[in-house]
Amino acid sequence: MDKPLTKNIQLERGPLNIDDYIKAGGYLSVQKAVKSMAPSEVTKTVLESGLMGRGGAGVSTGFKMGAVPMGEHASKIKYLIANADEMEPGTFKDRLLLEGDPHQLIEGMLISAYAIGATTAYIFLRGEYKLAQKRLEASVAQAYAENYLGQNILGSNFSLNLYVHMSAGRYICGEETALINALEGKRATPRAKPPFPPISGLWGKPTLVQNVETLCNLPHIINHGVPWYKALGKGVDAGTKIYGVSGKVKRPGAWELPMGTTARELLEVHAGGMKEGLQFKALLPGGASTDFWGSDRLDTPMDFSSTAKIGTRMGTGTMIVLDDKTCPIGMILNLERFFKQESCGWCTPCRDGLSWIAETLTAIENGEGQTQDISILARHARLLGPGSTFCALAPGAASPLQTGLSRFKEEFEQHILTKKCPYQH
Amino acid sequence: MLSTEETHEIDLEIKKFPYKQSACLEALAIVQHHRGYVSNEALKAVAQYLEMSETELDGIGTFYNLIYRKPVGENVIRICDSVSCWILGYEKIKAKIKNELGIDLGQTTPDNRFTLLPTQCLGTCDHAPALMIGDDLHRDLDENNVVQILKSYQEKRVVKDTIDG
Repeated sequence: MDKPLTKNIQLERGPLNIDDYIKAGGYLSVQKAVKSMAPSEVTKTVLESGLMGRGGAGVSTGFKMGAVPMGEHASKIKYLIANADEMEPGTFKDRLLLEGDPHQLIEGMLISAYAIGATTAYIFLRGEYKLAQKRLEASVAQAYAENYLGQNILGSNFSLNLYVHMSAGRYICGEETALINALEGKRATPRAKPPFPPISGLWGKPTLVQNVETLCNLPHIINHGVPWYKALGKGVDAGTKIYGVSGKVKRPGAWELPMGTTARELLEVHAGGMKEGLQFKALLPGGASTDFWGSDRLDTPMDFSSTAKIGTRMGTGTMIVLDDKTCPIGMILNLERFFKQESCGWCTPCRDGLSWIAETLTAIENGEGQTQDISILARHARLLGPGSTFCALAPGAASPLQTGLSRFKEEFEQHILTKKCPYQH
Repeated sequence: MLSTEETHEIDLEIKKFPYKQSACLEALAIVQHHRGYVSNEALKAVAQYLEMSETELDGIGTFYNLIYRKPVGENVIRICDSVSCWILGYEKIKAKIKNELGIDLGQTTPDNRFTLLPTQCLGTCDHAPALMIGDDLHRDLDENNVVQILKSYQEKRVVKDTIDG
């Protein structure tokens, strides 16, 4: 089976330098695009490939690229940003791509920048990814030296400057308009939308913000074409996906697999099942801001379309597994504390609501919960749902809470009635 | 006042952006790298250099976990308290560190060697529990190897003293 995203990755060896990367077929897509394709053809190919944003939202990448104004009346200054601010709890897929094959990201950014006519690009990297920083900066310098970056790339009219920006640890920066504010040197609060960044983003110019994994797909789509890319997926959605499993399983890890691999295959085959003496209880399919799934959902293909059809989300595709010996209320409290802390404070439902949720859950976990707390939590989860806030942080926080309340109803009631947490921790 | 070295490094960062104020986070990180943390005086110097108000710059500095507005020890331990590390035993690792160093979250050892802080997910959940000490990532922690890791940083200090001294 083809594993285009990870074919060059051998963690123990370190990433390929530019010479070896080119020998392995690297930067061919840039040659092809710049020399034989119009920018609009690149966008059309990406649109037809069916690639959907790998940051978790699953928006059509080609559609987003097509939203950037083109032509002679469009702004001459446009920006491309790689969102490498991977900070969704339980998510460790972009780290693999950043540390494992930095040139692949640069190549993907070149394709995207060429398609939208961007002349400046930034990699917005989370402050803790120091090894990725070192490897990216070295790779960027190599790409400049070989004229894959800079002026008149490969003798064409296409020029691109690329910079690495180190963030400093704040979850909200992963939200694309907060990220844009952060890059401008402002406090990283989300902006009201519309206008969306492809129309008005960084310093008011058309800006495309794309996830690392999304960008890494682009060279392969340009090299091998739409039918090949579509055939990589198992189900409805195209391509491969970097899936991951963490929690008390035998072999936690990340793997590139066909899009549409089921949660059961990830858990039982790739992660080797639960550790000895433990039973599977539930999982979050793709980071902290997704719904709890029980064993009834294990056969769901992990792709954007299949999960949307049953009213849930795949998120980042890196799942967190809950076992039968770990307290589900404790887990939800851990998640909600994270969201409370990382709320930027810009809008009231999120700033105040998440604090109340965390306090209420703390009381329940400490054996001080009241019967009405369950309905108070349910109401908060509803009030923090989509449409009440500037960005998706609060609706994300509401997902595990709302689904946790129904899946772990008995455990909630037991904590409140017996006035203690029955789990050891 | 900013040192020549600091202004030189900040100038290099400013070149990445159309407006110099956009380099303010980089500037704070540079100053912190040289001085250990961002004091009020340092904040004021950066604000003046970038022609920003101190209040605005402080609002940005305090927004981020990795900008320290208070003094920290030579080695900042940032222990991940997010969900996968929590499931895999973050509490036990934290208790062990607290016991070894005699400090709680947010505190610095009296000899100024270690500051202990919590951090959100470090993106290495398949190797949970994890922590960072300075720029170094340590993973697959248990109650034994975490003690060894702390010791290795205490030994590093001895080497550093020799070089400095």
